[in-house]
Amino acid sequence: MAQMTMIQAITSALDNELARDPSVLLFGEDVGQSGGVFRATDGLQKKYGDQRVFDTPLAESGIAGLATGLALQGFRPIAEIQFFGFVFEAMDEIAGQAARMRFRSGGRYTSPIVYRAPFGGGVKTPEMHADSLEGLLLQTPGLKVVIPSNPYDAKGLLISAIRDNDPVFFLEHMKLYRSMRAEVPEEAYTLPLGKAAVVRPGKDLTVVAYGAMVHTALKAADQWSKQKGVEAEIIDLRTISPIDIETIIESVKKTNRAVVLQEAQRTAGAAAEIVAQINEHALYHLEGPVKRITAPDTVYPYAQIEEEWLPSTERVLTGFEAALAL
Amino acid sequence: MLQILDVDGHVVNEEQLPKLSHEELRAMMRKMVFTRIWDQRAIKLTRQGRLGFYAPVAGQEASMIGSEAATLKEDFLLPSYRDVPQAVWHGWPMYQAFLYSRGHVHGGQMPEGVNVLMPQIIIGAQIVQAAGVALAFKLRRENRVAITYIGDGGTSQGDFYEGINFAGAYQAPAVFIIQNNQFAISVPVHLQTAAETLAQKAAAAGIPSERVDGMDVLAVYSATKRAVERARAGEGPTLIESMTFRFGPHTMSGDDPTRYRSKELEEAWQKRDPLVRFRSYLEGQNLWSQADEEAVIEEAKTAVNEALAKADAQPKMTVPELIDAMFEQLPDDLRAQRAEFVK
Repeated sequence: MAQMTMIQAITSALDNELARDPSVLLFGEDVGQSGGVFRATDGLQKKYGDQRVFDTPLAESGIAGLATGLALQGFRPIAEIQFFGFVFEAMDEIAGQAARMRFRSGGRYTSPIVYRAPFGGGVKTPEMHADSLEGLLLQTPGLKVVIPSNPYDAKGLLISAIRDNDPVFFLEHMKLYRSMRAEVPEEAYTLPLGKAAVVRPGKDLTVVAYGAMVHTALKAADQWSKQKGVEAEIIDLRTISPIDIETIIESVKKTNRAVVLQEAQRTAGAAAEIVAQINEHALYHLEGPVKRITAPDTVYPYAQIEEEWLPSTERVLTGFEAALAL
Repeated sequence: MLQILDVDGHVVNEEQLPKLSHEELRAMMRKMVFTRIWDQRAIKLTRQGRLGFYAPVAGQEASMIGSEAATLKEDFLLPSYRDVPQAVWHGWPMYQAFLYSRGHVHGGQMPEGVNVLMPQIIIGAQIVQAAGVALAFKLRRENRVAITYIGDGGTSQGDFYEGINFAGAYQAPAVFIIQNNQFAISVPVHLQTAAETLAQKAAAAGIPSERVDGMDVLAVYSATKRAVERARAGEGPTLIESMTFRFGPHTMSGDDPTRYRSKELEEAWQKRDPLVRFRSYLEGQNLWSQADEEAVIEEAKTAVNEALAKADAQPKMTVPELIDAMFEQLPDDLRAQRAEFVK
């Protein structure tokens, strides 16, 4: 065991899998010699050579297309998109091609690809770096979408993603890269994709969150507990596609109230889908409507007003109060 | 522009004449005649509702067959939606091509050992994917080549440039063939670009290119063979522009070429019919006869009928089957949706 930041846990997962399976390849813009713009791939090219870990020309569609082609020939590509906001350039190769390969070929060809991309607000990045676009991917049949919130999950989920024989989009929140350390085994381990985790037990309100919002939810819940003695149960989704509805329903049956918290805008992200599923599966267990706590429906904001725009602990707490009052 | 046979079938470039055996020459002619008949049948079958999506190929036989003939079965072919003949000559069973046309999953289930991807509908996607396939061969030190096709309109796509540029940067064994049939649906090539040739677009990727008479099967074969050999020798990708023409409409989905092509233009290209030219050449060598031609026509008609019958016999698809084809392991939500379709 070692104390690792999330980015170190990610590097460790990549290291484990490159060592384990010679068909794993790692590529993207500046991931080779430089070790990545966030150092996620630091030292890996030196260790595994430039046939395994290599830089690409600056073209996201080319990168994703390269991954599709390499996967067709039996490699397991891990393709990095430098910032998730640049995914629009690669949407056809991801959503139009790789995600459909198994289906289009009736199982003859597959796309065991992992796309890694940093995203998320709170670090004053320039335009198109921080946007939460995971909602686009949820609406893409054939793709799994993973968003870890801590170093331990990041490593186990990334290893599972690499070993999965279908395409997985692995989103790494920039604010979480170095904001905490946790005990993480040096050796490989896996966590199941599609399984949520109850990260704070409670009896009064179910809070479904993912990414950086898990930490905002925890902070708000602790404050709530201290001030009012009310206990929120926090569920970290970890995989937002497919959604682990079972864990959510189990919690809702206990608390009878729920809110969904996301960093994305109200009509983006995963929240609406979660609300719909709760309505389908647990309506008669609800004391009030399931509310969403989200960013407003504007373009991702200018760096200087980011903190006000993102769901803050205060806004989240207000949301909790409102859900309880309904 | 590389030309070996003129419109009358005379050799105009002895130096570039490919060294092909009599049997190889006859095989190419057989495939060209077969493909012409198959195209005529496919157009009729589409009108009868017995085939679905179909993009006619008459006129492009030399371009399609001459290039595919220069590859080996272990080379990987990434066709666009019109490149069904190459895919079939490369090993895709014809009845599966018909099922693909009709919209049936079994169409895309390539048999083991057939190195062909399903036809690509998104114009340009096959080019970036070909770069990846070619890089895989290079990384594994396999002596194989990725070959892919695009039309003249497709050269305006970003993925076209990205694909040839990636293959160039990695010196990957890929052959990119532009089949310039002068029109992208109704838009003539001069509205795609101010570039004088499409072959010169290779300069932007720093890779070699060649422009070839796409109505001359020996010229197409010769240029492709050279590109394939370069790729196999580790010398990187090549871009080939094959100057050709489709005699028919863009697809059978309502396109009317008389709205955008003059009769004169069509007639001028008809005079360059690749079958006429190659037939004259072979007849001059006593390698082809009327009887040969008739035998192939019969063979093609029979093969099309047999393939149709086999396609008809394919069991209907079910929604649970489609759901099962989504992932290796079905997520719970899909499993629940699957149950809704199981009676």
